[in-house]
Amino acid sequence: MSTNAPLLSARDLTKRFGGLAAVHQVSVDLWSGQIHAVIGPNGAGKSTLTNLLSGDLPASSGTVSLHGQDISGWTPEQISTRGLGRSYQKTNIFRSFTVGENVRLAAQSRSQPSPFNPLRWLQSAAHMRDVNARAERALELAGLLQRRDTLAGAASHGEQRQLEIAMTLATEPSVLLLDEPLAGMGVSEAENMVQLLLRLKTDHAILLVEHDIDAIFTLADRLTVMVNGQVIASGLPAEVRADRQVQAAYLGEEEPTDALEVH
Amino acid sequence: MNTTPLDTLPRSLHLVLALGLCCLLAFPWVGTDFYVQMVSRMMILAIFAMSLDLLQGVTGLVSLGHAAYFGVAGYALAFITPAGEPVSLYASLPIAIGASALLALVIGFLVVRTQGIYFIMVTMAFAQMVFYLFFDNKILGGSDGIYINFKPDALLFDLENKKVFYYFTLACLIGVYAFLRRLLWSPFGRALAGIRVNEHRMRALGFGTFSHKLAAFTLAGALAGLAGYLWGAQTGYVNPELMGFHMSAHAIMMVILGGMGNFAGAVIGAFSFEYLLHVFKDLPEIAGMQLGKHWQLWMGLFIVALVVFAPRGILGLLQRLFQSKGES
Repeated sequence: MSTNAPLLSARDLTKRFGGLAAVHQVSVDLWSGQIHAVIGPNGAGKSTLTNLLSGDLPASSGTVSLHGQDISGWTPEQISTRGLGRSYQKTNIFRSFTVGENVRLAAQSRSQPSPFNPLRWLQSAAHMRDVNARAERALELAGLLQRRDTLAGAASHGEQRQLEIAMTLATEPSVLLLDEPLAGMGVSEAENMVQLLLRLKTDHAILLVEHDIDAIFTLADRLTVMVNGQVIASGLPAEVRADRQVQAAYLGEEEPTDALEVH
Repeated sequence: MNTTPLDTLPRSLHLVLALGLCCLLAFPWVGTDFYVQMVSRMMILAIFAMSLDLLQGVTGLVSLGHAAYFGVAGYALAFITPAGEPVSLYASLPIAIGASALLALVIGFLVVRTQGIYFIMVTMAFAQMVFYLFFDNKILGGSDGIYINFKPDALLFDLENKKVFYYFTLACLIGVYAFLRRLLWSPFGRALAGIRVNEHRMRALGFGTFSHKLAAFTLAGALAGLAGYLWGAQTGYVNPELMGFHMSAHAIMMVILGGMGNFAGAVIGAFSFEYLLHVFKDLPEIAGMQLGKHWQLWMGLFIVALVVFAPRGILGLLQRLFQSKGES
């Protein structure tokens, strides 16, 4: 199932805000064809971890490598260009643009020569064939073809979440970091998203931060549990579920273990 | 109420702009020399305002020091025009624009890493530095400025002729407008708009926003240079005021007055601003108070009122007018 080398590999990542270690000595490997889910209570450091991997936040210590190349200290745009795409927990879109333009702009990021090139000033953005093809594909994958002319800020919450994913996909990443893609979605929307993630899994390495336990156990090939910035368990979902510490800290306190059976 | 940005101009506004263009084309045949010169000046300021709109309205970078790039090109023309003969248009124009672009590139390299209020402050600080560099150095003309005895020599046409100069300026105005409208819908223009709306997401998508902002800053400086060059050529005189704080602030007001982010607004704003200036300065004396002397006060009040009642400027107001007509 997994190929020999991980696409993304983080070693001993630590992020301190003053005296507080929001993320402490966390190591994560992402392989193509696998979804690696990260769960944990609020404030466990899941989003901070995502931000460290994507370059949105600089790490205090530790290393990250992408496609075997050390990317520690790289800027978000450099990391994105290298093949990592991410979505945000808090919807982060261009609200005053249409859905289609949001995705087109994301797709455009893959074919950008220098902004100092005057040809780039006179070319028509709407007629870039490769960009339009990429945008089209991403819109279709995310199920937004019908909504392309809607203003992104006026789209429903679920659609904005889909757009978040579509923009990420339009950059054609090989590694995907998805920060709570299901948050706030309706039942059928969430079901669609789960199906989409299963499709994406075949040719992406995915890190999935999620609260929806059902979705986690449907999707995850590996599972990491974080509490207070530290990994308390990591491995196959079945192993992690059986872990005493995990049950005590996060999963099992209110319900017996069979509530977490895979459906 | 419709508050979408006016980057796509509705057809009704195209009509207004076409009508305005016809008026500009016909004007020298009806206006006196004085007014031909005045409208030439308005067109020059319109080019200047459009160059600022590229930063302010499109990219979301409010520069409070844009006059520096305007003034430097005027000075460049003054320095390379000999005392006894004109200088070639085709040599001096690229040099002047190049000087502005270079200055914008260097200052831009330092300032576009800052954001929001810091960007405003730093652009202003650099412009003040340039201002005092010229103001305090006799060799650069000092506080008196420098005369430009001859308009540039264009070989094919005579810029000393006020009508010819008028049409040359109009051609520049149309050219810059067409260029910037084209640029607005180019991949570069779309990326700049993306930076205005959500720079953080642009970076996460892989856009080098620093280089995009620097390119925009340099290009805006170069176009301001074109305006400054024309200003110097028209007035035959440059002084530090051209790169002063007031010039920069006026440009911002022009862009706000007309409506940001679509370049047509900047043109309308520049014309309106200059016209209002003319009106306010000519206000009569009432009860021993010279109203005309306090034109800055009236202008300030007017801008405040406009921002409150028509946040998208005159262009937004026009569009609303047409829309409500269309609906009824």
